[in-house]
Amino acid sequence: MIRTTPFHPRLSELSTTGLWSHWAGYLSAQKYDMSAKHEYFGIRNSAGFFDSSPLYKYWVRGRDAERFLAGVLARDVRTCRPGRAQYTIWCDDAGFLLEDGVVFRHSDNEFMLTAAEPNLGYLRDLVGRLDVEVVDVSQEYGVLAVQGPRSREILARLSPDVAALPYFGHAQTKVGAASVTVSRTGFTGDLGYEILVPAADALPVLDAVIEAGTPYGMRPFGEQALLMARIEAGLLLVDVDFSSSRYAWTDHDRVTPVELGLRWMLRGIDDPERPFVGRKALRAEIAGGTSRWATVGIVVDWQDWDRVWTRAGLVPPKDETPLDYESMLYDADGGRVGYATSFMYSPVLQRHIGIARVRPDHGAVGSTVGLEVTVNHQYETVAAQVARLPLFNPERKTA
Amino acid sequence: MSPTSPTRTAKSREYDAIVIGGGHNGLVNAAYLAKAGLSVLVVERRHLVGGAAITEELYPGFQFTTFSYALSLLRPDIIHELDLVRHGFMPILMPSSFAPMENGDYLLLGPDRDENLKEIMRHSAHDADAMDRYEHDVERVCQLVKPLFDRVPPNLFGKSPEDLADLAWLRSHLGDAPAKVLHDAVRMLTGSAADFLDDYFESDILKGYMASSGIIGTKVGPMSQGSGLVLLYHSLGEHDGQFGAWAFHKGGNGGFTQVLARAAQAFGVEILLESEVDHVVTRDGRAVGVVLGDGTELTSRTVVSAVDPRRTFLELVEPRELPTDLVENINRFRFQGTSAKVNFALDGAPRYPALGDRTDQYRGFTNIGPSMEYLERAFDDAKYGWYSQRPYLDCAVQSMVDPDMAPPGKHVMSCFVQYAPYHLRGSDWDTEREKFGDTVQATLESFFPGFGDLVLHREVVTPLDIERVVGLSEGNIFAGEFFAPQMYFFRPAPGWSQYRTPIDGYYQCGSGTHPGGCVMGAPGKLASGQILADLRQE
Repeated sequence: MIRTTPFHPRLSELSTTGLWSHWAGYLSAQKYDMSAKHEYFGIRNSAGFFDSSPLYKYWVRGRDAERFLAGVLARDVRTCRPGRAQYTIWCDDAGFLLEDGVVFRHSDNEFMLTAAEPNLGYLRDLVGRLDVEVVDVSQEYGVLAVQGPRSREILARLSPDVAALPYFGHAQTKVGAASVTVSRTGFTGDLGYEILVPAADALPVLDAVIEAGTPYGMRPFGEQALLMARIEAGLLLVDVDFSSSRYAWTDHDRVTPVELGLRWMLRGIDDPERPFVGRKALRAEIAGGTSRWATVGIVVDWQDWDRVWTRAGLVPPKDETPLDYESMLYDADGGRVGYATSFMYSPVLQRHIGIARVRPDHGAVGSTVGLEVTVNHQYETVAAQVARLPLFNPERKTA
Repeated sequence: MSPTSPTRTAKSREYDAIVIGGGHNGLVNAAYLAKAGLSVLVVERRHLVGGAAITEELYPGFQFTTFSYALSLLRPDIIHELDLVRHGFMPILMPSSFAPMENGDYLLLGPDRDENLKEIMRHSAHDADAMDRYEHDVERVCQLVKPLFDRVPPNLFGKSPEDLADLAWLRSHLGDAPAKVLHDAVRMLTGSAADFLDDYFESDILKGYMASSGIIGTKVGPMSQGSGLVLLYHSLGEHDGQFGAWAFHKGGNGGFTQVLARAAQAFGVEILLESEVDHVVTRDGRAVGVVLGDGTELTSRTVVSAVDPRRTFLELVEPRELPTDLVENINRFRFQGTSAKVNFALDGAPRYPALGDRTDQYRGFTNIGPSMEYLERAFDDAKYGWYSQRPYLDCAVQSMVDPDMAPPGKHVMSCFVQYAPYHLRGSDWDTEREKFGDTVQATLESFFPGFGDLVLHREVVTPLDIERVVGLSEGNIFAGEFFAPQMYFFRPAPGWSQYRTPIDGYYQCGSGTHPGGCVMGAPGKLASGQILADLRQE
């Protein structure tokens, strides 16, 4: 039987479409009304809220918690002070990515790690003799993301502490009678927050957020709008932009953090004091320059796009719905140089954009690749420029 | 103040080009000229640029789109070529259209085709698939007409190789169209919206809703020949690749023209505010500069008028310097503004009884024009010199989708009103302004009981106000009536549709030139191409 999140009783009242998908065993709204695009505009323009509760959540606690996570996660968690959070990854021995998530440091010895897939067994198996407990509390909390330019103003009405939160900061606070953790995190690339709330208090907190946000035009948004926003924000999605090495059959389906554009996470990798899973392989990859891919943004040449479709007698489509398949990329001679893992028309950028994996020699910002599109059942190639991720990066996100 | 901020004193006495009027076409034109390397000054009479596309805080906390209130026809190439996204371009596509009915029912169309068909079937099962056919047929016409929007009209009267090549292109473009598409285009361009719509639909509410696009800004009723052209124009927008899609720009249409101004300034355009051009200086049949109202003389090789044809030809230059037939044509060029605005600051969202406490119906236009007969009767008043006693209204509650427009929980409501003829018989607009506002508010009250209790502030904008404030002659929102003899190679006059004028170095780029009004930008862009081509020749 499919489960529902602690927010579901209210969300099901708000859904006018009855469109739900199954996410990690829970009902998750695809869209609340018929226009996912308009829900997306809520995020970019006023504010929207999204139920992230299906994420897996683990407390990692104990005297050795920092040491443990420093050895599991590829990004150095020792640089994360209490009250801060980090976007992080973990790899296998070969340096291939297993998964990504966010780690929140609550105190010296207490962390919460969120992830899209179950990881309890994996984490516990790595504990060894350390003084650490890993506890799966996935069902004990709801997570409500409140995202968009007005999100700060809205949440500050409920909890003034929110106003001062820095990017990737978090704080314990109260919404009404409920104790919650509010973090300045999210998956939209906009100004935004996530509220971690004990399941029993989820509904009153949601109601308080709705009451505070409605005058600002805040509205619920579903997965479709989220998946649009995250491509613009250059936020990678497991099973779309990368696969977990754990489930891959061949190395074609595996990717390293460097190949995924996450080399910045490996700062301090040469520190001998911090052995972590995959370190040796990653150092060898960096030293040897053996990365097979670079992950980049692509921005389609609008004139070329219009030309190809118009020539075929068609109105050039500008569809914000992300493609659910890969599009091949070619060089000027027609040689394959990579593929777009995500692709959409971005309403805020007014361009077709994508997240792509290209051979490193084609990864220079400003260089041109040919994107394969199907027009009138024929393959056509349109020019696209390689660009730095994220493609949409408003000042307010970090300001 | 950054070096490119708008100023009130020109920094120099000499420019490559001076653009008269900081409306959207003036700004687009200036930006293209500056992008090509010219030193450009835009001279704007008011304290802000934007022309009729402005946003003003007329009541504390409430942002009013005083005149123009939505975007659709802006040419997509301008967005990219002027790098508008970098300067804050942000159109928010409208997801729905709401059409209340006099019996309390309504038509509410949204983004989902199947849901729309069911909604249409509530009114007429016949009309559901008719809607699909209609939309497809009109889109085919749009596809045919669109390339004409993005090109300088051929000179019908020229015999140069370029003129002949332009005409050959037109012949081949139209000649390649399927017979049905070409015929539909002619039916729309010359016929009435009513005749065209009657071929598809039977339901009054659907026809009223559709026909409303055939009258906006123009002194025609839906049953008048010529309303088909207006209907086609309002289908030609292509936001995000969707024909007929409309959007609210972040911060209203003034938010959009501020984006344009920033883009123009980034290319080096200088904007001079609160300065009126008194006249264009000519020497030996050539424009050499302008004289401002305060007597300041500025010189330039190129002068571009972004104001309407009457001002361009009859006020800024001496008509005696122009060919007599051009002067005659401009003298009889029809303006006959017939639109007004009534804008409200509201204490909350209007309530539509049949929808209870819902407010999502206001995320797009709310169309008060429940039948073609309603619209035609509204027009009847205007035919005889009076404003509609039961007017057509196109309402937009922009604060529903843009929280920047009003304080939390409050709303602004822009109501475009027709008909409001510029020339009133037996009275004048200064006398009638508030009575007209009362008429509009009473109409709203009849559809939204309790509306009056929500009103915190009301601003009535008559055609006379549009003329006085914006400078559009007779308050015509398109800078000249949309009808066949004033379009394409006849806009604004036969032989002068290619943005040049009989005075060398003097150009026109306002909405009075092809392809016309609406916040389209095409005249500004197309004119810049002509100017730059001429400069290369010199």
